[in-house]
Amino acid sequence: MVKLAEWRGKEVFRKYAVPLPRGAVARSPAEARSLVDSAAVPTPCVVKAQVLAGGRGKGGAVRFADTAAQAEEATRAILGMEFKGEKVKEVLLEEKLPIARELYVSLTLDRSLRLPILMVSAQGGVEIESVAEGGLVKIPVHPFIGLAGYERRQAVSALGLSGAAAKSLDRLLSSLWRLFDEEDAELVEINPLAVVGDSLVALDAKVIIEDDASFRHPEYAEVRDDRTPLEEIAREKDIAFVQLDGNIGVIANGAGLTMATLDVLQQSGGRPGVFLDLGGTDDPKKVTEAFLLMAMAKPKAVFLNIFGGVTRCDTVANGLVAAMSQVPEGERFPLVARIRGNNEAEGTQILERAGVASLKGLKESVEKVVALANAGAPLAGPA
Amino acid sequence: MSVLVDADTRVLVQGITGHQGTVHTRQMQLFGTKVVAGATPGKGGATVEGVPVFDSVERAVRATSANASVIFVPAPFAKDALVEAVDAGIPLAVVVTEHIPFHDMLSMYHYARLRGARIIGPNCPGIAAPGKAKVGIIPNVVFHPGRVGVVSRSGTLTYEIVSGIKEHGLGQSTCIGLGGDPVVGTNFVDALSLFEEDPDTDVVVMVGEIGGTAEEEGADYIRAHFTKPVVAYVAGRSAPPGKRMGHAGAIIARGRGTAASKLAALEGAGAKVASFPYEIPGLVAERLQELTNR
Repeated sequence: MVKLAEWRGKEVFRKYAVPLPRGAVARSPAEARSLVDSAAVPTPCVVKAQVLAGGRGKGGAVRFADTAAQAEEATRAILGMEFKGEKVKEVLLEEKLPIARELYVSLTLDRSLRLPILMVSAQGGVEIESVAEGGLVKIPVHPFIGLAGYERRQAVSALGLSGAAAKSLDRLLSSLWRLFDEEDAELVEINPLAVVGDSLVALDAKVIIEDDASFRHPEYAEVRDDRTPLEEIAREKDIAFVQLDGNIGVIANGAGLTMATLDVLQQSGGRPGVFLDLGGTDDPKKVTEAFLLMAMAKPKAVFLNIFGGVTRCDTVANGLVAAMSQVPEGERFPLVARIRGNNEAEGTQILERAGVASLKGLKESVEKVVALANAGAPLAGPA
Repeated sequence: MSVLVDADTRVLVQGITGHQGTVHTRQMQLFGTKVVAGATPGKGGATVEGVPVFDSVERAVRATSANASVIFVPAPFAKDALVEAVDAGIPLAVVVTEHIPFHDMLSMYHYARLRGARIIGPNCPGIAAPGKAKVGIIPNVVFHPGRVGVVSRSGTLTYEIVSGIKEHGLGQSTCIGLGGDPVVGTNFVDALSLFEEDPDTDVVVMVGEIGGTAEEEGADYIRAHFTKPVVAYVAGRSAPPGKRMGHAGAIIARGRGTAASKLAALEGAGAKVASFPYEIPGLVAERLQELTNR
């Protein structure tokens, strides 16, 4: 998923004519000052940290300024922050508007209905999870029809809008639907959507674009979410790699088997530290790369748990054996291997020739790797 | 009897000339499946593993009376392939392809539904009834004919569990891999209602994972309508919120879709919940024994 920072989300909003406050992005206090000096951003203005986590207002990552000097000062304070683990590199400066009401609008997928769903609430400006079920109106949208006129009128009436504001919402909802559909969004959310006079303005923008649609949206390729450097390398090699906080490395194939393996490890007193999902591959080179990547994560012990389908056991065994000679001396780790399924006999033989035994049972394998990891580091100690 | 596929299933392979298409055509044949046709635009007239290839699904269906399709075509073209199959009158399409945008899948699902066709998947291992037919990619070695139905959102974890059932001396009636994406053509409720009607299925094993509420809805269905014993397992107990665990659907978002909620719902509906995957065969054997004693 590609989560867009607020200002990037607003760039997309602009493309679809969603009404926005006047504003601009600054990456230094001096730049903030000159944006106000040149009247690119009118005063009074609001200065907002461009981070992906929510709760910026309460966390001191949103400040107000009446003058260019104050905008510079606010920017300096925010740019130095680390907000929920994320370093602030940009701020968005926007005019402060006289807000009459704050509303909530979003479009996302309802997995149960297997339909997109429009959600609106008259209680905007707060975390939507805190709004009671009755305060949130949900309108399913059929993908062949799009957001129908009567559905938009339903939303207008649920929000108690009339006159010009009602017309403004109707247009905005049409725009949001087109955006959701054409940009392959997972989520489009405006919270708050402000009523200013008799028009509407999107004060915030939360846009998440679906990763799987990247083949028709190369424009989002440069925008990445918060991966660790190793996760980034893995992504380039098309390997699912996630870092957790334990000390056991897991190499498995398929999301379900990987998750079940992590669960059994944890239920058996182990602490998974990193997992790597080979997915379906019949290229031993990819397996070798995966092992080298695992070595970089410096696990105390590694559990290889493969059930061969598309990924054959002999492919994995060959890739593993090739990797063993390439892992630098200081980065070697004890390995427990369990390879089952297609070409199991061939795979087991290849491993045995290289001095690695393949265990049959999941339970015994997990117990062995947990013992190995805990021998290296006590449970309470650092990974 | 079995669910959705049987000895009369005549399989068309869309994308048969690609590497995966060819490999799995052979595997389906070895399983005993009637693979009657392949379709790849521009490759009409070719033969793959003795199977005639056609330029279009319509021609393939006209010449071979294929009544199920398995789709291996790459994600950007999967929607087109599915629509072509549905338009040619194919009633069952197994979509193996992964990374199909959910916006495409929404259209695929609703189009198939309007035309009376069923989709299994996408991003799924497919469906198999041992001794009858396999439409998909589940390894042949895990199967043995029997009376246990299996329905799962996972791929390789399903293989692991089905294989465990076989090693325990039991067999399967039908195994359905639903796929791990946020939008799937067939969900737990759909699959359970099929197993309810199947006289050859005595017990059902349900394998879920974190993300979404499909397991909870399955549990509601079990409580209200399902008369057969259910053994359930849910993967992802140790998954941290907000981390996507490989499957696009496997993420705990906004506190929804946790393993705890799914396990509680399934237990509340009377399913026997396995704490570890290797407990499943034993629990299944106990349920079968209870049925015999009844």
